[in-house]
Amino acid sequence: MNNEQKKILIDPVLDNNPITLQILGICSALAVTTQLAPALIMCLALTFVLVSSSVIISALRHHIPTNIRIIVFMTIIASLVIVVDQFLRAYAYDLSKQLSVFVGLIITNCIVLGRAEAYATQNNVWPSFLDAVGHGLGYSLILAIVASIRELVGSGSLLGYEILPLVNNGGWYSSNGLMLLAPSAFFIIGLLIWAVRSWKPQQQEKPEYRIQIVHRTEVN
Amino acid sequence: MTKPADHNLWARFKTMSNDSPAKILIVALSVCLVCSILVSSAAVLLKPIQQQNKNLGRQKEILKVAGLYQANIDPVEQFKSIETRYVDIDSGKYADATNSNLLEKELIPDSKDIAGIGSRNRFLPVYLVYDKQQLSTIVLPLVGKGLWSTIHGFIALAADGNTVKAITFYDHAETPGLGGEISNPNWQLKWQGKQIRDSDGNMQLRVIKGHPDPASLHAKYEIDALSGATLTANGVTRLIHYWLSDSGFGPFLARISGSAIQGTSYE
Repeated sequence: MNNEQKKILIDPVLDNNPITLQILGICSALAVTTQLAPALIMCLALTFVLVSSSVIISALRHHIPTNIRIIVFMTIIASLVIVVDQFLRAYAYDLSKQLSVFVGLIITNCIVLGRAEAYATQNNVWPSFLDAVGHGLGYSLILAIVASIRELVGSGSLLGYEILPLVNNGGWYSSNGLMLLAPSAFFIIGLLIWAVRSWKPQQQEKPEYRIQIVHRTEVN
Repeated sequence: MTKPADHNLWARFKTMSNDSPAKILIVALSVCLVCSILVSSAAVLLKPIQQQNKNLGRQKEILKVAGLYQANIDPVEQFKSIETRYVDIDSGKYADATNSNLLEKELIPDSKDIAGIGSRNRFLPVYLVYDKQQLSTIVLPLVGKGLWSTIHGFIALAADGNTVKAITFYDHAETPGLGGEISNPNWQLKWQGKQIRDSDGNMQLRVIKGHPDPASLHAKYEIDALSGATLTANGVTRLIHYWLSDSGFGPFLARISGSAIQGTSYE
């Protein structure tokens, strides 16, 4: 792997993160992060779909007619998602029940279609593969952070193991129920975006428009 | 002979303009064909394992609702201590589970179909738990419409057929975090000890808004609903009313509890 390829792989993890910079895939980041275990399964599922769809679309890119390209992408992505869902139901039944509709919703995850349209259609198979793995890692990193915070603060546990003994079970920690609700994921993701952009100011967006006084009429 | 022809076709395919209608058709059809083969083979090949998981999941739910579940014991072994019988819903009597029996469906008239299921099997399983030869728990399957989805569950009743021991909803697609909370064990605990009918035989058990007032005479029939999930909660009330009514397991419960009181055999 030369430097350029490394950059393709590493960039989406922090510098071009799909969640904190591109603000894509927020829906699933809110929905599956109340506990760490389902969040990790979701990351694996999304990374698998993202990598396979990018590779397939990149390999077919010279033969996909532009008129129907989005339909072809969606057909491929949807088929992969259904296969993943079937595998989860067969081999991770309990987790698949917790994830319920959200595995199916990978189909509409903007990261997958976004990478297909923006990258895989214009690049060779190998860079597309690296790009997809990188984006999968970037997504997984944020989901893992959000889910760890939510499970630890909301239920006092991590991966189901009790870390902070709950008052209910005779411990000292009274859990924060807000962390189990979707808004808390918004707060955490918002704080993460703030943190990343303070650390890397080049990620801050220039305001598109600034209100300014063009001329003033004063009435006396 | 065929090889050069194939080669020509492939060569022609490669030189085709991407936006010619023929190419669009070929690409669309072949993508669909490959994808459908992929999806259907995954579904068909994994079906047996999924079915096994589903059955195991159901058995676990039955054990849990009957209060017998222990994580360290093989649920399949443990399930053998529970007696599974089939009941003819119309008469409330036990029936043999033959293949033709199990397929027999009955339409539910609209006026009675409060659970919104349209039809049901004529013969349905009930699960009986014995404690020292004495019937202690009756587990009945429940099914009905929530807000978005069909809700599946089990209810465990004491031998009097009128006291709820436990309830569970294990398969549904209600809004996660709102209606989906019906599978939350903490909420299911609130059902414990509630009564189904009053002394006149009227169905009273229901999900209400707010905490049941402990001083009220109705408190023993009422369960605190889930906030933000009124429609799911209404669905739950209705499906319970349907399955415990005369068009559901009512005749069976009347028969089995009557005989339990008289101490006679209920065969």
